[in-house]
Amino acid sequence: MSLLDKDRIFTNLYGYQDFGLKAAQARGDWDKTADLMKVGQDAIIEEVKASGLRGRGGAGFPTGMKWSFMPKAPTPERPNFLVINADESEPGSCKDREIIRHDPHKLIEGALVSGFAMRARAAYIYIRGEYIFEAKVLEKAVAEAYSAGLLGKNAAKSGYDFDVFVHRGAGAYICGEETAMIESLEGKKGQPRLKPPFPAGAGLYGCPTTVNNVESIAVVPTILRRGAAWFKSFGRENNAGTKLFQISGHVEKPCVVEEAMSIPFRELIEKHCGGIRGGWDNLLAVIPGGSSVPLVPGPMMMDVPMDFDGCKEVGSGLGTAAVIVMDKSTDIVRAISRLSYFYKHESCGQCTPCREGTGWMWRVMERLREGNADVSEIDTLFEVTKQVEGHTICALGDAAAWPIQGLIRHFRPELERRIVEAKGGEMLEAAE
Amino acid sequence: MPKVTVDGLELEVPAGATVLQACEMAGKEIPRFCYHERLSIAGNCRMCLVEVAPGPPKPQASCALPATEGQIIRTDSAMVKKAREGVMEFLLINHPLDCPICDQGGECDLQDQSIAYGRGASRYDENKRAVTEKYMGPIVKTVMTRCIQCTRCIRFAEEVAGIEEIGAIGRGENMQITSYLERAVTSELSGNVVDLCPVGALTSKPYAFEARPWELKKTPSIDVMDAVGTNIRLDSRGRAVLRALPRINDDVNEEWASDKTRHAVDGLTHRRLDKPYVRKGGKLVAVSWAEAFEAVRANWSGEAAVIAGDQVDCETMFAARELAGTAMLEGRQTGLAYDTSSLSAVNFNTTIAGIENADVILLVGSDTRREAPLVNTRIQKAVRKRGARVFAIGPVTDLTYKVEWLGDDLGALTKAPKALADALKIAERPAIIVGGGALRYEGVHGAALAFTKKYKLVRPSTGSRVWNGFNVLHFAAARMGGLMLGFAHDGGIKALAAKRPKLAFFLGADEVDYSLFADSFKVYVGHHGDNGAHHADVILPGAAYSEKSGTYVNLEGRVQRGERAVFPPGDAREDWAIFRALSDVLGKRLPFDSLDQLRAEMAKAVPALGVEGLADYGWSEPKLPSTVSSKVADYPIKDFYLTNAICRASPTMQRCSAELVHGEEFLEAAE
Repeated sequence: MSLLDKDRIFTNLYGYQDFGLKAAQARGDWDKTADLMKVGQDAIIEEVKASGLRGRGGAGFPTGMKWSFMPKAPTPERPNFLVINADESEPGSCKDREIIRHDPHKLIEGALVSGFAMRARAAYIYIRGEYIFEAKVLEKAVAEAYSAGLLGKNAAKSGYDFDVFVHRGAGAYICGEETAMIESLEGKKGQPRLKPPFPAGAGLYGCPTTVNNVESIAVVPTILRRGAAWFKSFGRENNAGTKLFQISGHVEKPCVVEEAMSIPFRELIEKHCGGIRGGWDNLLAVIPGGSSVPLVPGPMMMDVPMDFDGCKEVGSGLGTAAVIVMDKSTDIVRAISRLSYFYKHESCGQCTPCREGTGWMWRVMERLREGNADVSEIDTLFEVTKQVEGHTICALGDAAAWPIQGLIRHFRPELERRIVEAKGGEMLEAAE
Repeated sequence: MPKVTVDGLELEVPAGATVLQACEMAGKEIPRFCYHERLSIAGNCRMCLVEVAPGPPKPQASCALPATEGQIIRTDSAMVKKAREGVMEFLLINHPLDCPICDQGGECDLQDQSIAYGRGASRYDENKRAVTEKYMGPIVKTVMTRCIQCTRCIRFAEEVAGIEEIGAIGRGENMQITSYLERAVTSELSGNVVDLCPVGALTSKPYAFEARPWELKKTPSIDVMDAVGTNIRLDSRGRAVLRALPRINDDVNEEWASDKTRHAVDGLTHRRLDKPYVRKGGKLVAVSWAEAFEAVRANWSGEAAVIAGDQVDCETMFAARELAGTAMLEGRQTGLAYDTSSLSAVNFNTTIAGIENADVILLVGSDTRREAPLVNTRIQKAVRKRGARVFAIGPVTDLTYKVEWLGDDLGALTKAPKALADALKIAERPAIIVGGGALRYEGVHGAALAFTKKYKLVRPSTGSRVWNGFNVLHFAAARMGGLMLGFAHDGGIKALAAKRPKLAFFLGADEVDYSLFADSFKVYVGHHGDNGAHHADVILPGAAYSEKSGTYVNLEGRVQRGERAVFPPGDAREDWAIFRALSDVLGKRLPFDSLDQLRAEMAKAVPALGVEGLADYGWSEPKLPSTVSSKVADYPIKDFYLTNAICRASPTMQRCSAELVHGEEFLEAAE
């Protein structure tokens, strides 16, 4: 059973209606927001915990639990802050963009309600620099909310003072990492901080801070309106809710669609994307969660439930649910090599393994693409990815290592074939 | 006190310690590049990875991880070994193999650690990265291809030197360390980044390609460029001192040294006096020691005045004083005449390390940044780390931290402006620092002491200890030793000159107004052909600080001893020996034949000079007139790099002065 229209949270995902306040209110946003907040801060956090909402930014950390780490009694000298991560730069991901440009009031209302729940003084929405149109829309929507009294002093007549600031990034992928985002907001070079201390202890300007993804925040008002049990009714245990899937690549109709968690991969593609280009036999591989997760060969992927645990079981991850589909016309080595280039380009350069390793990996990948290498270099490359993985300050090192590990794990014969053929030999295949 | 286990060894570590510190306490060596005890933690080199349980199943950066109760740390596991090998391999893939032509060779952290923790061979077949050189001024040479981006230099510049002129640009493998717009780094402490750099990216420009560390003889010494008494190590080869490096002394210089301390040493081989001279017919003529002594004897009438210069050791002053046998002694060359009846009233009582704890500091006519850079770093630490407020009377100048300027009028001492008075009211450890720029005016010394009394700058502190916030900041290495030996004449040098001494000894005194001594027969005992030598009737060539073992007392009254690194050039001799030899000629034999005997005699006369460490002057306030009506016109040090004869002879210091003080541009030859 798949998601019914009545259960969709993002009802203007495709921009058929106006993004403005009036249209948003007609869709049900900002409807008695003060009443949602009346239940009290801890009750909201409990409700979000009960809904089973896991962070939509990729790591899947339970959102309610994250909020509960925030101090319960902030002082005026050291207020709590909410930072909303709209620096959506992961290759394949494009869901936050749809929310912001077509349904920004969902996000802004979510900012108020979640900011209230974590006792934040203000929310900073850090939006990707390249999202120029989206930033304009968002700024306009924030201005609308202010002039309607929904933000600022006594926001939405709730008696709570709350501000929302829109901050535009300058085009660095790493600023999507939560502590690098905080550094960047403070006006410094976007480089991840060491943890501990975690942002909930010392984040923006040294104050307790929670960084949440756009989608995580935008779904909160609806969860509160319709109840945790409703949200929990979608998806498998521990993978609750609805989710925006972004399917790109070799499907008939690439799209962004809201679906229930745990929908099987094949059903997702058949129902919303018109199937794989050239039929299911033509499916080569899938990257189920954006460029940072390892690829999964097509045959393994067919019946995988699209949720955090399901993707993990096939050695990958749900990530941001940015599903990249590749058919058999894909030069898979080149595809992964291009991702390696992306990570080399976006590494902040702060810590050694990532700074030096991403460049090394990319250069070897480029040679493997042409077969200009020795077979033993495949193992060396694998070891190098292992030397990067888990040795860095932030997760970019892991993200750079995993796609290559996935490639070597599943497509080693292809790599070896290129090497042998480049040397003028012929790959012998075992008789079946 | 958390209890942790390191490689099976259980130990208690102080609260707040990091895992790295815990490992060191357990006697385990943890390799590191970015971590430095005196800088903030960056955690970016990833060399210090260890295995920690409980925790995620991957190695942790020990420098940034707090040690907590019950941690089980392993530094010897296969995971740790592999992690270190991995990081080391990454550091080396883009590091050039130019150790044979690298000045860091032999004292390079990367070399040492790659031998100890590296894999032995590289698997990297791609091209290595090349990085363009950056310009960091006359002291720091850059070979940025060697840089491993540890960011120690950035953190030093920001946190210790207080200048934000070094930073990183670019990202990923294109990240580069550079100075702001590639202009010179304008810190008087820039040389320290050379020591901090774990590789050969930042090396010493004046010392480039001079020597290998294993060729050098290392001698512990005391710096005489200012009154801080920086503990240094002189590295010499043959007869030349090639470089000066700081030694660690947390009470004095931590592990820093100013650029002047480090790089004035090349002045020790220029413009030296290596023969005795006698003025004949208006011209100085090189003569034998016997003839020079004879010329002195001809003007000897049983007593002589002695004027000590800024860099003289106590032994020299003592020997000269014993020979001269008068009360005509003075060390304050430029004419300062403050009262010295109580040494505590002209001392830096808070101590150099102690000023870090002050919460309100008033600077009176003191440009601490130029007069004592390493005291300035302590004040800057008080400001940045502990939020101290600094007020200052005097012309506005950049001290690298936030200062609330109260104008030039010294009247603010007797009538404190409201902001200062309010700050002092709630201060727990207030301090005043009076500099030479103010002490030259009538009544300032008394007014400062009255201020001290009014605002109780001397007050009980924790336990039985006393917080003494009254400080005078000297900037001559010989000053406190000289004052202890009585080198202070009532009314200063002018009053002394008015007594028209027939014979006057000048001990390396180059800042004196010699026209005051037009009638005296002037004997210059010193090492450089500078101002003093020009006016002398007889020159007796002495030893510079690197060429004699000497006792020095720094501005806080700390008695310290340095050792001889090299021998004086030519016919020059150690100063005390010159006076001992001269005493025979003058028929007034001094009662010592060796340095040890001299020191014993000196300790008899001034016991405090016989004990290394902080001298106890007690605390007593002399009654002094305290009406002031002057304004601080300027600070005494106009050119930080050219304050004494050694610097003035140093090509490096001249270049620093031209470039950093006078803004001259230097073109580099194309290769």
